[in-house]
Amino acid sequence: MTTDTLDNASTADSHHDSFGDNHDHKMTGIKRWLYTTNHKDIGTLYLWFAFIMFLTGGALAMVIRAELFQPGLQLVEPDFFNQLTTVHGLVMVFGAIMPAFTGFANWMLPMMLGAPDMALPRMNNWSFWILPFAFAILLGSFFMESGAPNFGWTFYAPLSTTYSNGSTAFFVFAVHIMGISSIMGAINIVVTIMNMRAPGMTYMKMPLFVWTFFITAYLLIAVMPVLAGVVTMLLTDTYFGTSFFDAAGGGDPVMFQHIFWFFGHPEVYIMILPAFGIVSTTIPAFSRKRLFGYSSMVYATSSIALLSFIVWAHHMFTTGMPLFGELFFMYCTMLIAVPTGVKVFNWVATMWRGSLTFETPMLFSIAFVILFTIGGFSGLMLAMTPVDFQYHDTYFVVAHFHYVLVTGSLFSIYAGAYFWLPKWTGHMYNDTLSKWHFWCSLISVNLLFFPMHFLGLAGMPRRIPDYALQFADFNKWVSIGGFAFGLSQLIFLAVVIKCIRGGEKAPAKPWDGAIGLEWTVASPAPYHTFSTPPSQQDIDNADQHGH
Amino acid sequence: MSINKHKANINISTNTTSSTNINNNNKTVKKLLLVVVAMFGFGFALVPLYDVFCDITGLNGKTNDTAVAYTASSVDKTRTVKVQFITRNAKGIPWEFEPVINEINVHPGEMKLVSFYAKNNASHDIVGQAVPSVSPGLAANYFHKIECFCFTQQPLSAGKDIEMSLQFYVDLELPTDINTLTLSYTLYDITEKSS
Repeated sequence: MTTDTLDNASTADSHHDSFGDNHDHKMTGIKRWLYTTNHKDIGTLYLWFAFIMFLTGGALAMVIRAELFQPGLQLVEPDFFNQLTTVHGLVMVFGAIMPAFTGFANWMLPMMLGAPDMALPRMNNWSFWILPFAFAILLGSFFMESGAPNFGWTFYAPLSTTYSNGSTAFFVFAVHIMGISSIMGAINIVVTIMNMRAPGMTYMKMPLFVWTFFITAYLLIAVMPVLAGVVTMLLTDTYFGTSFFDAAGGGDPVMFQHIFWFFGHPEVYIMILPAFGIVSTTIPAFSRKRLFGYSSMVYATSSIALLSFIVWAHHMFTTGMPLFGELFFMYCTMLIAVPTGVKVFNWVATMWRGSLTFETPMLFSIAFVILFTIGGFSGLMLAMTPVDFQYHDTYFVVAHFHYVLVTGSLFSIYAGAYFWLPKWTGHMYNDTLSKWHFWCSLISVNLLFFPMHFLGLAGMPRRIPDYALQFADFNKWVSIGGFAFGLSQLIFLAVVIKCIRGGEKAPAKPWDGAIGLEWTVASPAPYHTFSTPPSQQDIDNADQHGH
Repeated sequence: MSINKHKANINISTNTTSSTNINNNNKTVKKLLLVVVAMFGFGFALVPLYDVFCDITGLNGKTNDTAVAYTASSVDKTRTVKVQFITRNAKGIPWEFEPVINEINVHPGEMKLVSFYAKNNASHDIVGQAVPSVSPGLAANYFHKIECFCFTQQPLSAGKDIEMSLQFYVDLELPTDINTLTLSYTLYDITEKSS
């Protein structure tokens, strides 16, 4: 490890020699964005793409909530409703949350590591620019005769094979491209972290933010190929006469669920571990303390990642597993609560007796800690096999994963965006508007998702366009919360546009409690940073360990 | 820059030039790509692994798909197990398909012969394939088929019917907490695949 970091002593120095011609001047107009290999440009592209996809997926959710506003079928056909839920899930997972985190990685990792750029800038360009094609295929299928995928984002066979509406091929190709993009992005992150760290930055001196992306990237490299494999089997089952999941030919549809969730469960940690990294950066900054238990955070993140590989069948308790299997997956799942609990404890301990102030990034971070924990608790409930038989496929599950993904992942993305917007744009954001964004989001998101717990416990199944009359009142409130939450996100758009256009000039370090190498460069961050590596003094100052 | 000298020392990682750094990057990328390829293969390897695992443990209710010999040493008249038969048509096969008797009581070790009725109501020839499944799944390894129509494909001309036989016995070792077995057949149209 030591030699590794010493290696880079002159790497950054000489970096200019080898990549100089790519970076010396910016192109103008559209070409700048098409051909860019600059990590900051690509980070910006990822973040905008993610936000556009977020609004797209959100628009689909608005139609879903409008249909569910009252019982009976009002606006859409059941089949189109299924297309809406399916594409909403796929867009939010693969189009919004994951690219947003990749955007953070691109923007922040080189600056946090004291590196001049990502390790593989040209591949970086590719991994972004194939994404719009993937989503053009996926969203374009809405306008095909067959319609968009309607088999749920989990695309269980035989729904996606025998009973598919003909959209399976579009879906499979879109997922393949998304997978290739994610794998390229992940390889870039791993190589950057392993080879591009500034001299003197050992692994255990890296910000926790970097650690979470490091581990997430490994998870991606391990499971995205499995996803690619399972959609390929789906494709050949549907169009080329194989029988991986078709009982008539000796296959087994339950096996689909095993392979899918072998990817799917690590995938949910891919969407939350970077969130842990972001709030582990913001909470210490606004508590004016070092992160409590840095090393335990690293080990907890690694444990969560490792455990994520042996819990997949908790999504399948009702498929008729033997008792031993159910117990095994139940206990392993519950075990994940231990490292997760360590993290929540550490965030709270970081705030304990800190000099707290409540700027917008901190508000989102505190909301993250509380609401993510609620999502974690409902996850713990779902982990219990006996009660899972009641909760399975109900709105309780919907409530659970929206608490961890919306008030978890998304809120952390907002925390990070507000935290680094001054660094990205060189301007402070409009504080009043951002507070409006926070409070409107906080209230509406709970109105949106909290009643879903009770709907689920009362037996309302997920993925239905119509429901029994006794669920009407709660669904009305949920829909009102949904519309309010959707509209609140437009405030964020306004904040960002205003912030790019102007505003109070941001100093290099606008948050007095913030640590990290990114605050040693000017705001907005110059197009090229750390062409010469940071000093050991700067690296030691950025160390998240308490001293 | 002493590139050559250091190229020899890449393994102990003392690079001081950008070109060795690129070499390092390439090495890491190659290793990671290897992991990607291996995991893609692993996804497919899960298919046979799953089959073997289920075969050994009998977890997914799959019964033997080739005939076995009758090997029970005796008949356990102290126990009676109810065996139920259900049938189901998969999407798009216009056959009548049902068990002649819906259930039968057997003693473990006792051989039984039952039949299933099938009729092709379509105006064209169809090849059917029945796929069995036993519930509870754990009992699958204790349900032995000596002869079954499901071992082979069933071609049936338009409008023709047939009685198909199943000969089986329940293992003496069947766990004592299992008193009822349900044998379910799903019938698939495999005309295209068999031609």
